[in-house]
Order: sequence, then structure tokens, then C-alpha cells
Amino acid sequence: MTYLKPTFRHPKMPKNKIGFAKADYEGAVSTLCAGCGHDSISAAIVQSCYEMSIEPHRLAKVSGIGCSSKAPTYFLSNSHGFNSVHGRMPSVMTGANLANRDLIYLGVSGDGDTASIGIGQFVHAIRRNLNMVYIVMNNGCYGLTKGQDSATADYGSKSKSGTENVFQGIDLTAMAMEQGATFVARSFSGDKTQLVPLIKAAMSHPGFAFIDIVSPCVTFNNHVGSTKSYSFTRDHIEATSAIDFVPKRDEITVDYQEGDGVRVKLHDGSTIELEKLSSDWDPTDRQSSIKQLHAVKASGQLLTGLLYIDPESQEFHELQQTTERPLNELREEDLCPGSDALEKINQSFR
Amino acid sequence: MIAAERYTEAYMINWESNVFPGILGRTCDRPCEPACRRGRVEEEPVAICRLKRVAADNKGEVKSLMPDAPAEKNGKKVALIGGGPASLTVARDLAPLGYEIHLYDEWHKGGGMMRTQIPAFRLPEEVLDEEVNYILDMGIHTHFNTYVDSLKEIIDKGYDAIFIGTGAPRGRDLNLPGREEADANVHIGIEFLANVAFEHVDKIGEKVIVLGGGNTAMDCCRTSRRIGGKEVNVVVRSAFETMKASPWEIEDAQREDIPILNNMPPKEFVVENGKLKGVKFGKVKAEYDETGRRKLVPTGEPDVFIEADDVIIAIGQDNYCPWIERDLGIEFGDWDLPILDKETFQSTLPSVFFGGDSAFGPENVITAVAHGHQAAISMHHYCEGKDVKERLAPMTNLVSQKMGIHEWTYDSFIADDLRYKVPHEDKAISLKERKVEVELGFSESTGFKEAQRCLNCDVQTVFTTDSCIECDACMDICPTSCITFTNNGEEEDLRTRLSAPAENLTQDLYVSEVLPTKRVMVKDEDVCLHCGLCAEKCPTTAWDMQKFLYNVTKAH
Repeated sequence: MTYLKPTFRHPKMPKNKIGFAKADYEGAVSTLCAGCGHDSISAAIVQSCYEMSIEPHRLAKVSGIGCSSKAPTYFLSNSHGFNSVHGRMPSVMTGANLANRDLIYLGVSGDGDTASIGIGQFVHAIRRNLNMVYIVMNNGCYGLTKGQDSATADYGSKSKSGTENVFQGIDLTAMAMEQGATFVARSFSGDKTQLVPLIKAAMSHPGFAFIDIVSPCVTFNNHVGSTKSYSFTRDHIEATSAIDFVPKRDEITVDYQEGDGVRVKLHDGSTIELEKLSSDWDPTDRQSSIKQLHAVKASGQLLTGLLYIDPESQEFHELQQTTERPLNELREEDLCPGSDALEKINQSFR
Repeated sequence: MIAAERYTEAYMINWESNVFPGILGRTCDRPCEPACRRGRVEEEPVAICRLKRVAADNKGEVKSLMPDAPAEKNGKKVALIGGGPASLTVARDLAPLGYEIHLYDEWHKGGGMMRTQIPAFRLPEEVLDEEVNYILDMGIHTHFNTYVDSLKEIIDKGYDAIFIGTGAPRGRDLNLPGREEADANVHIGIEFLANVAFEHVDKIGEKVIVLGGGNTAMDCCRTSRRIGGKEVNVVVRSAFETMKASPWEIEDAQREDIPILNNMPPKEFVVENGKLKGVKFGKVKAEYDETGRRKLVPTGEPDVFIEADDVIIAIGQDNYCPWIERDLGIEFGDWDLPILDKETFQSTLPSVFFGGDSAFGPENVITAVAHGHQAAISMHHYCEGKDVKERLAPMTNLVSQKMGIHEWTYDSFIADDLRYKVPHEDKAISLKERKVEVELGFSESTGFKEAQRCLNCDVQTVFTTDSCIECDACMDICPTSCITFTNNGEEEDLRTRLSAPAENLTQDLYVSEVLPTKRVMVKDEDVCLHCGLCAEKCPTTAWDMQKFLYNVTKAH
């Protein structure tokens, strides 16, 4: 019986810029069902953090409840982690983020955790443009409780027991876009070439970066008639663009054909390069993105890739003009500058 | 099986093909260990050789599991010349088929070089006798103390086939100034070892020089330490790194306080008043010309004189068969080696076959055994009037090991342990008594732990394209990043696009049929641990772990 992963790794595996191997970003062996899309997303997160040369202790992963929210155990064992209450990941995340703005925040949630019990928390985190990556591992069903339709199950999608869903599914990307999210993307667990650069770009984005990832439930939602199965997703995927993320220190080596390429410069100097597949769409124009999203949906397809980005995004701390230092670094003399300082403040109100 | 304490069965599996598990578990040259894949993921391979000894040491009754020679013979008679591992292997394969087998050897017991050249402190006589007798007890007619000095006489006796496994019996000599005058105190390595083994020699001078850097030299110097040698030096003409002896045998010699001096070719045996005083050596270094050929050139340093009461020359051995008349139709090539078919071991005289060192020159015991098996097939075919070259393919089989979601019928867990060291007898005791075995072998518990290091190369990862849904689970879980899903291409190009560097070109890539996304699954087997995680993580059992069984073709 192997719930333990052998410690041997490929002896010629390269190291990243800060001397870590990919294995240093791994977690425990997953106890999710074999073939679960969530495990693929975990692997994409490992790959992204490795490629971004993130020091594991500089990242905090926070999750709610559900199959998806178990997933953070299975990656980044050396990072901070908090498995919180059902649907309450955004609150815990907000608190952590307020206390220490220096960490990279990775929120992991599922379709139940976000679109049902946590939908209120979700929209408010967007509204505040909290600086975090918000990943939804979206499989359209409640896997942990035997596969009932979730709120994101598409209208007409068949459950494993054969009944069609009579309710309208919630499109989380459309909702995030409407609510003013500054980074909205959708991807598929089975497409790491697209997913990895999206996660990297999301981690560099200052503000709320939302990635809705279709992640098939092999046990309860991978049959004929399901709209979130491996084969259905593959057959109906329509990507906005081929995407590449270029961190700020790297030289840009990707060569795009004139006219097709769009470069979006981020605050920290890194670049997102998009090879557009549709001419009437501008990823920095919210209206054109919403239009594109709906148009593709109407044609029965699933639009994936980077849907919208606001390059001028100002995250929560900037909006609130909070202190630049994490709270745990503030000493008594910073917090109580003394009677003279108080006197000065009082004087300013006279 | 060793880990499961099924020693008897493990021994028998081993005996089937290598015939001498107890002997080889102590003395083998271990050509298998450099091939062991454990060496690809960490420093050292599994101690395969020493594990074979664990099975041999702890086995139960095995005689009844071995094939019997039938009471009713098949009417064919074969002669085996030489009683070493090659001949004994032929006997092991042909006796159960009903052949009447006559084995000739010049010594009073079977075993050949295993008895004469391997010292008792490496191979106890009881172990040797036991495994030799398993074969001789199959109704072999032994003609011991019989030195065959004419092959013609044997042929005239009317055998249906004859096997020659007489080894490479002549130790090389060294013709240097003073050799003749010093003759009383200069010995040839393999003769010296045989004389000690048969107790014709039981002492040597206090100061001994052993010339040569092979395993015979190591056996000579260690034997000398046990029969009176106090200052024993091994002097090798080339560099330490190029010595032919197995590294562990060099280590064992050094542990017994025997210095190994390198880059010193002997120049002269120094004799005073008709008695050997020592040997004069030059000093050299190796230089390589454009063709890569090595030349030892003098460094210009002054010569070195080393005192010695006795010198043992162990610089190699040659084939030597003056007893084979050259007009019988057996053709010989260079180095006095017979001209043979490389697969059938048949000589140019169809009824005569060769094997072991006498076939292609000095090798080792396990090679001799392999020759024996092949020659036995040829002899059987020859005696039955079948084409000698037509040979059955080896038996292969693949069986799924799946029992449950996380359960396999093989032990898939990968232990992190480094190679265990074999314990040694106290040096003070083993140097005093020549026959005390130095290596004590693994205990059962160490044997278990060492066996756990095995990466189960017999269990193959088998992929079924039609079942794959491309969920990436296998690729994500693989600890050694063996698996990639990518677009197909030429091998050279594919190797550059895999999850991990695929630089071992001797290891083929495992490429699937085209999948629904037009990609293929590519697996680089190079450092696969056979941990089974890919198959455990596969939701559709597109991956399965299947045990591969390979039985080499034998006469019996």
C-alpha cells in the first residue's frame, strides 16, 4: 500500500533561481480520488511556484471546506496554510492579508464553497480588490457528499443518476467581471500549458486575481451528458489566446507575430503576453470581455484563458493607504509615537 | 522472496540458472551489480551477490527440488573434460535428460578453478562440496585424478559429444633478469593458490611481493598473509584506477594491511649468493596517444628496490591445450583459442564443444555457467540430430499485480536505505587461520533490509492507450518525473521535451499510441522506481503493474 511517495527524485532534475527543486514545492500524497482534476491543479500550482522561484515560506494558502479545500495539503508543504470554515476562506484571507501584506496569498475554494455557502464572502473580497489569487476548482458537483449538482452545474447537464439539471448554473467568471474583479481567467485542469502561465500571472497581479478552473470529478461527474467531464470540456473549449507570462527579471524571448500579440505590463514589471485568437476582444476592456464571454457561451462553447485584466489595478492596501509594513513588524514606538506626536495631531484639528 | 524469508524457493530460482548460488554469492565478479538500476537513483546498487548468499545460507532442504537423472538412460554418452563450473553446468542440464555423462578431471574432487584458485577464506570447502555434489549426485560418472593428455583417446571411446571446459590453466611468467636464479622463491599465482588449497604448500617467507593487479593477485597476497607473510606488498605496473581486480577485493586486501603500490613495473629479480633478495622496480606514468592507446613511460625517478623472501607472479593466465591433437579437425586461432561458433560453442569438429575460460579466454565463473547452459543445448540438439543453431526463444510472461486500489501482489514500497555492509570476521582470527571465512554474510534481518532496496525491475508499467482519459494524474504523481504527455516526434526531439532530462540513450522511451488530444504518452524508463503510483493514481487502470518473467532457454 502506498500512501507514501518515495523520496527518490530524478537525479538530473534542475533547480530554480533560488536553488529549490520542484520537489521542494510538493505536498503530501493526495487522498483525493485517482484522476481527480484537483490533483492536476495542485501540480500546476507546484510548477508555477517552482518556475516563479517563490520562497515557500513567503506564500500562504487558505481554503474553505470540500474536496477542493483539502487540496492545499497536497502542495507546498513548506508554506503557511489555513484550512478554514465552509465558505469563509475570503474572511480569513482578508484578516491574514491585513495583518501581513508581504506574503503571497493563494485562496483555494470549490464550486460549493464559493458559489453556494460562500458566495457573499466571494463578492465582497472582489469588491475590496483584496490582493490574492482566488482559485475555484470547479467540478459542478458536491463530490464529498456523493455528487449532487452544485450551483455551477450547467442547465441541462446530466447527473450521474441520469437526471437533468433544471436550474441555471452560476457563471463565476461573469459574476466576478460584473463585480469589478481586476483579473479574471478561466482554465481547465487538463491543460497545464494554459493553466501554469495563468497562475503565474495571477500571482503577480496586484489585487484580486480570480481563476475559475473546470476540474472534472472522475467519480461523480465524468460521464456522458455531464458538461464538466474531461471529454466534454476538451470538445467544447475555446481559448481566448495563447498565453505566456514573463516575470520581470527575465528577458522577453517569446516571439509573436506582428498584429496578433498583446502585451500587458504589470505593476511589478512583469509582462503577460497574449497571442489573441479572436480579433474583436481586448483583454483590458471589461465590456469587450463580457461581450466575448457571453457570445462564446451562447454558441455552446466554454471560453478559457485570460478573460480580463486591469493593468491599473489598485489593491486593498493601496486603496486604504495602510501601513507598508506587516503588523508583526510594528514596534511599540511605531504604534505609540508619544505625547508630542499626539499633540501635533490634535493641533491639526484646531 | 528473500525479503519474504522464502529462502529455499529463492535459492532454487537462482540455482535454475546460475547453478552455484552459494559459491557465486561469495565469489562472483558481479557483472549484474553495475546494471542494477538502484545505482541510477543513488550511490550504490543492491547487494545482489550477497543476497544470493543469504538465500543459500538460510535455505532448507533443496535436493528433493532438483531434477533427478532418470533411471532409464537415453542411450547417449557424453564426455566432459575438466571439472569446473562450465562442465558441471553441462552435466546439470544434460543429466536429467538421461545422458550418460563421464566427467574427467586431474584433481581428486570436482570444482575446477573454484577449488584450486579461490582461497578457502573466501569460499569454504563445505559450500563448494555441497553445490558440486548436487550435480555429481545426478549419476555422473566421475574420472578424477585423471589428467586427459590426449583428446584423440577420448574421441576413440565413442562418445556422442564431448565438452571441453579445461579453463585457462597456464599462469603467465615474467622473464626478467634474475628469474632463473631466483626460481626457488618465485611462484606463479594460480599454481601457488592450487598448492595452498591442496596443502602442498603451507608457508611462505615473511616478506612477499605479489606482482599483478587482478583478483588472482588479491587472493595471492591475502593467502600469503595467512601462511607466514608479514610484510606483503602488491606491486602493479599501472595506475590504481586501471587495476583489474574487483574494487571490493582490493578493499579486502587493504584491510589486511597489504599496501598496493602502483605505476611500478618490475625490472629485475635481485639475487645475492644464489638467493632472492628482492625486486627492483622502475617508476612510470601512463600516457595516451591519439588512438587512445596507453603507453607507460618512465618518469625518470630513481628505481625502487623492495626486499622479498618470496615473489608471486599473478599477471594473468593463458589458454593452453597441448593435449588436443592438432589433426583432429579442431581449428585454433590466436592465443591458442579454438575457433568456435559464438552462440552454439561448437568447434570446427562438430562433436566437440567448448565452454568457460577454454572457449574465449579467461573470464569468470558466472560466464562459464552461461557458456555451459548454451553448450548443453547445442550438445542435446547435436545428439538428437537437430540443427544446433536452431534454438528456442526464452520464455517470457506478463502478469498483472493488481489486488486492490492501493494493493499489489509485489512489494511496491521504496526503501531509502543505503547499501548495507557485510560484516567481517575479526582480522586477528581470520589472519591466523587460513580456512576461516572472512565475510560473514548478511544476517536475516540485514538481508531483509537490503532486499527492500530492490526497485522491482521485474514489475513493468504497462500502458493501455484506449483507457486513458488524459487526466495527468500519473504524470503529476510520478516521483522521478518519468511520464510526459506531449506531441509525438522523432526520439531525438522527444527527449528534449520531457518532464525530466532523458539522457540515458541506452534506455528506450516507452511511447503510446496517439491519444484523443493528438498527444502521446511518453515514459522514460531510465529512473522509474516501479513504485506503482502511476497505476494507483490512474482512474481507468490505463496503467497497470505487470510482473515480467523471463526464463532463459536451457536444455533442461
